[in-house]
Amino acid sequence: MAELASRTVPAAPRDGIMAGESPPAPKRTPPPPTVRVPVLRWIKENLANSPLNVVVTVVCLIGLYFAVPAFVEWGILEAVFTAESHEDCRAASGACWAVIAEKHRPMFFGVYPFEEHWRLILALILYLGAIGVTMMPRFWSYRILAPLWLFTLAATLTLLWGGFMGLVEVDTSQWGGLPLTMVLFSGTLVIGFPLAIFLALGRRSTMPAVKATCVIFIECLRGVPLITILFVAVNVFPLFLPRGLEFDKLLRVMVGMAIFFACYEAEVIRGGLQAISRGQYEAAESMGLGYWQTMTRIILPQALRICLPGIVNHIIAAFKNTSFVLIIGMFDMLTATTSVMQDPVWRRFTIEAYLCVGFIYFIFCYALSKYSHQVERWLNEGKRF
Amino acid sequence: MPALTDGKKTGGSFLYDRGFRSLAYQILLGVFLAFLAWTLYSNVNENLSRQGIATGWDFLQTSAGFDIGESVIAYSAADTYGRALVVGGLNTIRVAFFGIIFATILGVFMGIARVSGNWLLSNLASMYVETCRNVPVVLHVIFWGTVIHLLPQPRQAIIPFEGVFIMNRGVVMPFPVYDPAYPWVGAALAAGLVGVFFFSRWARRKRELTGKYIATFWPGLGVIFVPALVVWVAFGAPLVWDVPALKGFNFKGGLQMSPEFFALLVGITVYTGAFIAEIVRSGIQSVPSGQIEAARAIGLRSGFIMRYITMPQALRVIVPPTASQYLSLTKNSSLGVLIGYPDLVNIGNTTLNQTGQAVEAIAIMMLVYLTISIFISTFMNVYNRLVAIEER
Repeated sequence: MAELASRTVPAAPRDGIMAGESPPAPKRTPPPPTVRVPVLRWIKENLANSPLNVVVTVVCLIGLYFAVPAFVEWGILEAVFTAESHEDCRAASGACWAVIAEKHRPMFFGVYPFEEHWRLILALILYLGAIGVTMMPRFWSYRILAPLWLFTLAATLTLLWGGFMGLVEVDTSQWGGLPLTMVLFSGTLVIGFPLAIFLALGRRSTMPAVKATCVIFIECLRGVPLITILFVAVNVFPLFLPRGLEFDKLLRVMVGMAIFFACYEAEVIRGGLQAISRGQYEAAESMGLGYWQTMTRIILPQALRICLPGIVNHIIAAFKNTSFVLIIGMFDMLTATTSVMQDPVWRRFTIEAYLCVGFIYFIFCYALSKYSHQVERWLNEGKRF
Repeated sequence: MPALTDGKKTGGSFLYDRGFRSLAYQILLGVFLAFLAWTLYSNVNENLSRQGIATGWDFLQTSAGFDIGESVIAYSAADTYGRALVVGGLNTIRVAFFGIIFATILGVFMGIARVSGNWLLSNLASMYVETCRNVPVVLHVIFWGTVIHLLPQPRQAIIPFEGVFIMNRGVVMPFPVYDPAYPWVGAALAAGLVGVFFFSRWARRKRELTGKYIATFWPGLGVIFVPALVVWVAFGAPLVWDVPALKGFNFKGGLQMSPEFFALLVGITVYTGAFIAEIVRSGIQSVPSGQIEAARAIGLRSGFIMRYITMPQALRVIVPPTASQYLSLTKNSSLGVLIGYPDLVNIGNTTLNQTGQAVEAIAIMMLVYLTISIFISTFMNVYNRLVAIEER
């Protein structure tokens, strides 16, 4: 019996070294035939491990054979990177990347006064710097992040607005380009995230009236397109206000986007709240914590951690959704590009400009999603399962 | 928690009583909402009367006076705003319907490609997914809207297949000419679909009762298509293709897709397809590999494993998020307004600008989208119940 046990359950073979007396070596079966050349072996295992896969590989290669050279020729070999005038681009058969050098100021900064563009550059540097600091876990503390973001948002907004210390005042209707995208994005998060938490808590409330209000609010807004909410913000909201009271269009649009964002985020957070076991609530209650103490100290920290991937997905969506302001004529990066490209001389090269804008959106969203995977890994480091 | 307070007074002021507090909060909320609604309503009325805009739905009966590029039903500029909005709604449904079908096909294909053992295919698929879902759908739509206008003139149209023409005036392709036999063939096809439902139920019951496995795939296909084929042949197999032909500057005949429709369809399909691909990938990967190994160990064939082991478990993960992707595709079809596709939002917006009836026009748009959303989510909930785990 002991002999059997030692044979079937060998002492944990760590690093291939067995502790103590090794069981009798089993009869060696010959190793499976392998291809000697590593490259060929890799090809065999990853591209041609079955007849179907050979066919698939060949089809993919044929597709690439047609697509890649054509794209390289258009995008690199025949492309124009610097041009004296649009005539250089017309002469070439490839892409005209020179259009970006030509039009980058109005594309990235919109209709903001030309001489004041340095303020936007400064604001962007501040903003990106704050994002960079926030991404480092060593600064994750309310005491650092809260003042940092208060300062950053206040500083960028004052830079954009101006109107003091010799800075020319610039009306919000003239804000544009990448900074406007960033302002819309931060506004959506700053207003939307707390609202999302309240809506999620409200939907889980035991008070029927509160719960019903939140359910109706969330479901109705999730059922309509963002465009219609922006139409309400632009066309209908002014009608709701008493005479003489007006809100800035930028603010109205931002609030509309924030409400839309909050309804989706609330559903994600609700999922996180549902995943918290009843014992946590009961334990908090038996400690004598009130409702808000229970929520802010016990439940929400755990719930938000659970649903972090979903939260980040909607934050990325909020960033992409800032481009919807194209429909209501606000000059974010995409709108500014679209209107700049109405220029009849450069109009033929709109695709190149759109690819450039798309690349900027891509970089931001892709980096955010990769970063969120990293954060998940950090958060789960302490967990064994 | 009821166990702790049990509804009884625990001593101290009634202000600390949970029941009282909860009631008070709810009454406050109700009063606040009622006050808000009343204020907003009176403000809107006051503002509108000051601007001289009549409220109400009378404008739906007046003549719209604008033309619509494409329509499923007959429409002319002399028709009413009401009819124009119906045209817009039908156009929204049309593009959303085809968008959902193509996005599903694209997404399922790309999702399976991402988990395939073929290195090249899975990397190409992940390149597609990552680039397309990290770019705003607005950009997708206006990008394709721009691309289609850069395509060659009808005379130099791109011909990927015989009879299909892609150009800056849209896409045209051959389409069968209507024949009186087709409704009957369609009816036979519908009967076949109903038949296959009962056939597979019978086969499953037989398998559960006797343990005998009855192949359903090929016989099922037969049940669907054979009656239709028989009807078609009985009518003398009528099939005449209406092949588009270049007449003057444009194509006549065939199935014509406007450039706006095509650009919007491609934009929302490519965007949503990337999300569906991710959902399908995570669904397939959610099935523990032990399940498939166990199925192989008891000697099941791979098609059987796919049908009865992998898919039922993967679908449970796939269906709910796919439903919300369908909803967002439908809502994103409203981006047609950007490239001039006459969908509901586009026509609603024109109505709004011409009549000034902002509240009514936006209310119509929102209600229609809400209705479509409720319809899709009800349908998907029913389907979800069919694939969900049957628990005790």
